[in-house]
Amino acid sequence: MAGFDIDRVAYLARLNLTDEERALFGGQLETIVNYVDAIARLDTDGLEPTLHGHRVNNIFREDVPVTGLDPEQALANAPARIDNEFKMPRVVE
Amino acid sequence: MNTEELKRLTVAETLRLLRAGKVTSAELVRGLLEIMESSQQDIHAFVTIDAEGALRQAAECDARRAAGEDLPLLGVPIAIKDNMNVIGQPCTASSRILEGYVAPYDATVIAKLRAAGAIFLGRTNMDEFALGSTTQTSAFGPTENPVARGCIPGGSSGGSAAAVGGGLAICALGSDTGGSIRQPASHCGIVGVKPTYGRVSRYGVVACASSLDQVGPMTKTVEDAALILNVISGRDPMDATCLDEAVPDYTQAWAGADPEKPLAGMRIGLPKEYFGEGLDPEVRARVEAAAERARALGAETVEVSLPHSGYGIPTYYICMTAELSANLARFDGVRYGLRVPCDDVIAQYGATRAEGFGAEVKRRVLLGTFVLSSGFYDAYYNRAQKVRTLIRRDLEAAFARCDLLLGPVTPEPAWPLGVYQNDPIRNYLSDVLTVAANLAGCCALSLPAGKTGEGKPVGVQLIGPNFGEMALFRAAHALECRG
Amino acid sequence: MEYEVVIGLETHVQLKTRTKMFCGCTLEFGAEPNTHVCPVCLGYPGALPSMNRKAIRYTVMAGLMLGCRIAPYAKFDRKNYFYPDSSKNYQITQLDYPLCLGGGVDIAGDDGSRRTIRINHIHLEEDVAKLTHRAGCSGVDYNRAGTPLMEIVSEPDLRSADEAIAYLTALREMMIYAGVSECNLEEGNMRSDVNVSIRPKGQEAYGTKVEIKNMNTFSGIHAALLFEIDRQKRVLEAGGTIRQETRRWDTEALETASMRSKENADDYRYFPEPDLMPIALTEAQIAEWAKDLPEAPGARRARMTEQYGIPEYDAGVLSADRALADFFEAAAQRCGNGKLASNWVMAEVLALTAKTGTALTESALRPEMLGDLLKLLEKKTINGPTAKALLPELFEKGGDPEAIVKERGLGQVSDSAAIEALVDAAIAANPKVVADYRAGKKAAAGFFVGQVMKASKGKASPQLVQEILARRLA
Repeated sequence: MAGFDIDRVAYLARLNLTDEERALFGGQLETIVNYVDAIARLDTDGLEPTLHGHRVNNIFREDVPVTGLDPEQALANAPARIDNEFKMPRVVE
Repeated sequence: MNTEELKRLTVAETLRLLRAGKVTSAELVRGLLEIMESSQQDIHAFVTIDAEGALRQAAECDARRAAGEDLPLLGVPIAIKDNMNVIGQPCTASSRILEGYVAPYDATVIAKLRAAGAIFLGRTNMDEFALGSTTQTSAFGPTENPVARGCIPGGSSGGSAAAVGGGLAICALGSDTGGSIRQPASHCGIVGVKPTYGRVSRYGVVACASSLDQVGPMTKTVEDAALILNVISGRDPMDATCLDEAVPDYTQAWAGADPEKPLAGMRIGLPKEYFGEGLDPEVRARVEAAAERARALGAETVEVSLPHSGYGIPTYYICMTAELSANLARFDGVRYGLRVPCDDVIAQYGATRAEGFGAEVKRRVLLGTFVLSSGFYDAYYNRAQKVRTLIRRDLEAAFARCDLLLGPVTPEPAWPLGVYQNDPIRNYLSDVLTVAANLAGCCALSLPAGKTGEGKPVGVQLIGPNFGEMALFRAAHALECRG
Repeated sequence: MEYEVVIGLETHVQLKTRTKMFCGCTLEFGAEPNTHVCPVCLGYPGALPSMNRKAIRYTVMAGLMLGCRIAPYAKFDRKNYFYPDSSKNYQITQLDYPLCLGGGVDIAGDDGSRRTIRINHIHLEEDVAKLTHRAGCSGVDYNRAGTPLMEIVSEPDLRSADEAIAYLTALREMMIYAGVSECNLEEGNMRSDVNVSIRPKGQEAYGTKVEIKNMNTFSGIHAALLFEIDRQKRVLEAGGTIRQETRRWDTEALETASMRSKENADDYRYFPEPDLMPIALTEAQIAEWAKDLPEAPGARRARMTEQYGIPEYDAGVLSADRALADFFEAAAQRCGNGKLASNWVMAEVLALTAKTGTALTESALRPEMLGDLLKLLEKKTINGPTAKALLPELFEKGGDPEAIVKERGLGQVSDSAAIEALVDAAIAANPKVVADYRAGKKAAAGFFVGQVMKASKGKASPQLVQEILARRLA
């Protein structure tokens, strides 16, 4: 296995790691990745992927309104709010 | 009713007593709360006990029954795994990142149980976000096996298994992504059913791996599992993977069977790969005895092969971590749960998630992010989905030859608490016999099959084809051997 | 050096479903923050998406309208990225198996000829939440999160800013026509990402493209394109190179500006959405949905020109509005004279809608009424002025023209003896005007027509009056 870059992966996953975690997980994940690499031995050419637990298509919902949450309920769990919005640090675009 | 009687109480017996007016729900709930609370120090099966809510519901149920009402589970107390939303209750999935979160809605399984009259006792401990097979990754401390003391209860639904196995609850709900109902059921000596994918709604159940997760009953008897599955099954427009498939009365699965040969005409496959090296001799003995009993009850057993079994764990850990990494992205400290305030959004995400997630969650999120990342997607995620097809075909080929498969649930009985904690692969391997059913979507069940010399419970696993629950229950009911 | 401009558009069109793409929350523009939200669109633990059948149907209808092939197999994917406007930190979209493939939009190109701008595909996805930037913080409102959006991706077939606008105008017309979107630009129902590059004329290879994101007005797109094309020319002519980048249109400075590039390149880690099953529509299902689809405006224009013998211009005006075209066709068929119906709809009916401010569909005038009125005119039962006088009443209150004419005795007088008498009386009463006429002031004839019409209370056949007058004054 080549190319397991723990810093890049941690950045993509938005997980800050301590130096200890970086060392510990880096080593463990290399071992795990090497282990799951076993599937590279199989010939999978021409095989369809199995993406779900069953193969039934076209499962829809009708376009009918369902009562949702009022703003107080919606914001009840918010760690921080400003008026009736969820508060975030200022986002720079 | 004394404490020992209460601890042995089944769902079916509870309903009989309630219907006969021999006991009230209030009495049952008070008794159970006492047992639960006194066991917390030792067993720690619960993350939250909702004494007030349960007593209120019990009073309501008693009033409804007094008014002549009856429902499939009216007044029956049930314990719920901590990853299912119950309106007004916390729902942490045993994670710090959901501390303080109060569910504003009911999961569909909860709404169905509520409509059937069930009472919600409390929330059972689990591996954090259902990631683990020992219940030791819970942010709130481990659960101990009430039967094999000093050992793990299994996981991830270890709290539910310990609650039912230890008599702290009459029945419970668990969730199974790669064995999380069956494996702890096996270690705690109870019945656990992983229904067919699409049988039971996942709406409102904190997602682990969406294409593998399924909710199921954890009970003392096969009949109890059937009673609960009757209530929680069926199409849900809120879950687009939940199928519109008729729900039979599962308690009729064994109706009319020949009492001498209840399994006459049934062909049971014994996958040779499930009896290979690495299987604990005592476990092998108990499972082979179960196969022998099946033959004695009229079933024919045949050896079958699942040639890609060896690829189950690598495939499972790629598929499940990939889905998990996206499912857990929503825990970002914006709308609910923990937030570590920072001046910058990206810093806040990273800090919140670092603080809120435990080590096993971080490991799997990192792995899942990696297998989906550019340059590695084809070699890992995409290839694993194709291997999943091979594993599914193995099972389809086996079910072309037999009605059910029978094998062990886990390669070895429950191990002592604290062991193997820093050896992820060693932990992952305990799922080796259970992941195939999730990858293929089949139904499967774990049934007590006796104990080891040390008194550790051993389970036997039955695996059925998609929507083959009736056959599963028929065989399990015949094989059931209590105590 | 002469350059050729190459433009491709990715246009997000909001579908006019009642509820969101994946949950039962209603859609309402401009509502108070977080009043149209639920566990699903807030990305709550345990919540799951569930596909809105109508959104699938509308997208298929849009595809059929644009001549796309409907994919035999389509699926949704997760696009993973952390951003505060996303409630799950992934967006549900379609990566490699979109609902509609191919197709095109006909426009009049810069050289006047009709050209087809090819569509690459149409996929369906969910909109994000709205961020409001305040002093020291930002606020998130999830009302818009989960709104169903079609992304209509064109091939790079457009060659100027004018063509881009012609394409968007035609696209908008067709989406409104198909009834799948309001395409209300003020409400952001139609937003485009614009890809533009230039290359030396005659060169095959494309130049480096620049993307201008999230434009919601046509005038803005036009101005941004003109600016950007000019900027790229200036860069190349100064010996520079174009950087592949995303720019945004600064509506104050009226220029495109480079957006801050992210320190870390994105890696969206797309994978199939496990919470949603694939879509595999049968021919029968598609055919059933196609039944609700009107003829495309271009095809209708051509057919109406042919079928009713009306000028292409009239057919164009009529077909641009589905309700108007339906009205015209029904009226034309009722009276049996397409040209007459077209003249009346174009002149009289549209004038009434403009004057009263009442939309045709909201007026009391039904196409059958106009058809019957024109039939009376055709049969000369009434004359033109009478018909014109009746129309506002029908527009306001409706009614049966034949019954009204009968009841009020509005039928025109075609009895030549009666008209002759009126003409003679008018001539006798105005000898001076007769003299003027005979002295060569031919316009004086009009005076007599007016007098006779007045005396007949407007019912005399104007044609007959003119004939008799001509004879008498000769």
